[in-house]
Amino acid sequence: MQVGDAVLALSKVAYRWPGRTAFSLTVPDLSVAKGESVLLLGESGSGKSTLLSLICGTVLPDRGTVKVAGTNIAGLSGAARDRFRAEQIGVIFQQFNLLPFGSVVDNILLPLRFAPERRARAGHAASEAANLCTALGLPTDITQAKANTLSVGQQQRVAVARALIGQPPLIVADEPTSALDANSQVAFLDLLFAQTATHGTSLLMVSHDPRLGERFDRVISMEDIALIERAAA
Amino acid sequence: MTLRLALASLFARALTVGMTILAIGLSVALFLGVEKVRTGAKASFADTISGTDLIIGARSGSVQLLLYSVFRIGNATNNVTWESYQDIADRPEVDWIVPISLGDSHRQFRVMGTTQAFFDHYKYRQGRALAMSDGVIMDDLFDTVIGADVATTLGYSVDDPIVVAHGLASFTEHKDQPFRVSGILEKTGTPVDRTVIVSMEAIEAIHVDWQSGAQIPGQSTPVDVIRGMELTPKAITAALVGVESPLQTFALQRAINEYPEEPLLAILPGVALQELWGIVGIAETALLAVSAMVVVTALIGMMATIFSSLNERRREMAIFRAMGARPATILGMLVFEAMLMAAFGALLGVALLYAGLFIAQPIVDSAFGLWLPIDAPSLREVYVILGVVAAGAIVSMVPALRAYRLSVADGMMIKS
Repeated sequence: MQVGDAVLALSKVAYRWPGRTAFSLTVPDLSVAKGESVLLLGESGSGKSTLLSLICGTVLPDRGTVKVAGTNIAGLSGAARDRFRAEQIGVIFQQFNLLPFGSVVDNILLPLRFAPERRARAGHAASEAANLCTALGLPTDITQAKANTLSVGQQQRVAVARALIGQPPLIVADEPTSALDANSQVAFLDLLFAQTATHGTSLLMVSHDPRLGERFDRVISMEDIALIERAAA
Repeated sequence: MTLRLALASLFARALTVGMTILAIGLSVALFLGVEKVRTGAKASFADTISGTDLIIGARSGSVQLLLYSVFRIGNATNNVTWESYQDIADRPEVDWIVPISLGDSHRQFRVMGTTQAFFDHYKYRQGRALAMSDGVIMDDLFDTVIGADVATTLGYSVDDPIVVAHGLASFTEHKDQPFRVSGILEKTGTPVDRTVIVSMEAIEAIHVDWQSGAQIPGQSTPVDVIRGMELTPKAITAALVGVESPLQTFALQRAINEYPEEPLLAILPGVALQELWGIVGIAETALLAVSAMVVVTALIGMMATIFSSLNERRREMAIFRAMGARPATILGMLVFEAMLMAAFGALLGVALLYAGLFIAQPIVDSAFGLWLPIDAPSLREVYVILGVVAAGAIVSMVPALRAYRLSVADGMMIKS
């Protein structure tokens, strides 16, 4: 795989938790190509959350480089990194993705507030949000509903719409299906893949469930790409 | 969108936010109310005497003279002789002069001897004259006009007989010469309401059989004889003076203060009131300081509310961070939220103040003679609102800085 095509490239990354010297994470090499979907398997406590934080730039590696869309995020100032994240990465959490007091459209448009370029890409943001909702099988009149009136499945689909709006090159999803039942999981993934395929978006999904693997271009596990060191307590 | 989201966030926590706003609102209403009562009391104080250029009495302190002559508080140290009074009354600068003779009482109320001129020249609350609510000004020797509070407290009406006691809080009564209520004055909100007014001659008449403050034993002059006597007063307690031209006020004041026959004092009522208010002002400042502390307490309550909401809002902050918000944006949002709460609280406070004024104004006026004017919000109220909002922003910095540190530490993932 050519590094030039990679939307995400981690190289010789090492991170040690501040104040917890007994625990450190090393990622020699991890990359995700443009348009590629990757499932990263790992049990809880395997350093998945830390890896996602490194990718999103809310923590910085002690050594090595994290490149998103060709930019080494360690080279950016804190404020620039926050804006860069808003511009380049769509984030989907396990659950509680939405501001409960905001309407659906407020939540979908939220990242655009912090990312002017992405806002420009989205064009007419409100109608773009409505289109995404329709594409994700949400009722058309849902955009003005309060987020906390939605079912969990609906909330996760709104989170997908929020991650997709303005077409960031990379979507990072942290166990987005774990709060859903089996049928909803399938429907959710169908919609997610349809949308990432349409927009040519790369997807890095973290999960502990290997059964999801067959739908992804590539499945990797934390043990293969990362080294966790724990000193004996 | 920022404002709408902030409002939606506040609305989602309507109960605690509402309580906080209510606390701020009540404290601001208290602060503005104290301020209102303070200025109202000050104005009412200054309104006690109006249109009088000089007050004359025996030489003492200016505040003391003002207190006993106008407020009927304390006693005169000495009297002014009738000759001195006549001398001053005859001066060309003097437009009018009203003698006042104090020293007797009726129940808990002071009796004041004066002349018809008192009703013409005594003015209060920016030049308002005394008016009768019932009856007429006294025209007989043993007639009396009573203030509104005297009438209501003692249940007097026109034509009721009253007996004047000698001195103050005295058991010795001038029983031989009962008076008749000829008129009742309208409420003024001044010490006149608590005064029993008789003529100068009446004061002389009830003291015919008295000498050096005691009744001459066995002597009791019949009323008919007294009516036939020459009742020119020998002395007065004080006098109110109006000058021909305001320019002559200081010249007359100096002339009286340097009067060679007798040590006298002439004061400008406005100046003496200022001096008196300077003394009372300390208590007033303390009251204002206490109510300001109540506002500070309410704001600290708001700070505590924001603090306690931080934990449950860490998820919310993580979402903002994941969407690209800087920690500084999180800090800004919390401060903005606090400023919104403070602003709503301050506006509620102003609303409560006006509601309170509309309800309390007539009650306070009739109970305390204190007139609280209802004016449009002044620059002062605007400053108070801005001050509360600014103070809200400052106190909210404490929880906001904690949220800042939390959001730096948490990033998008909440560590428990």
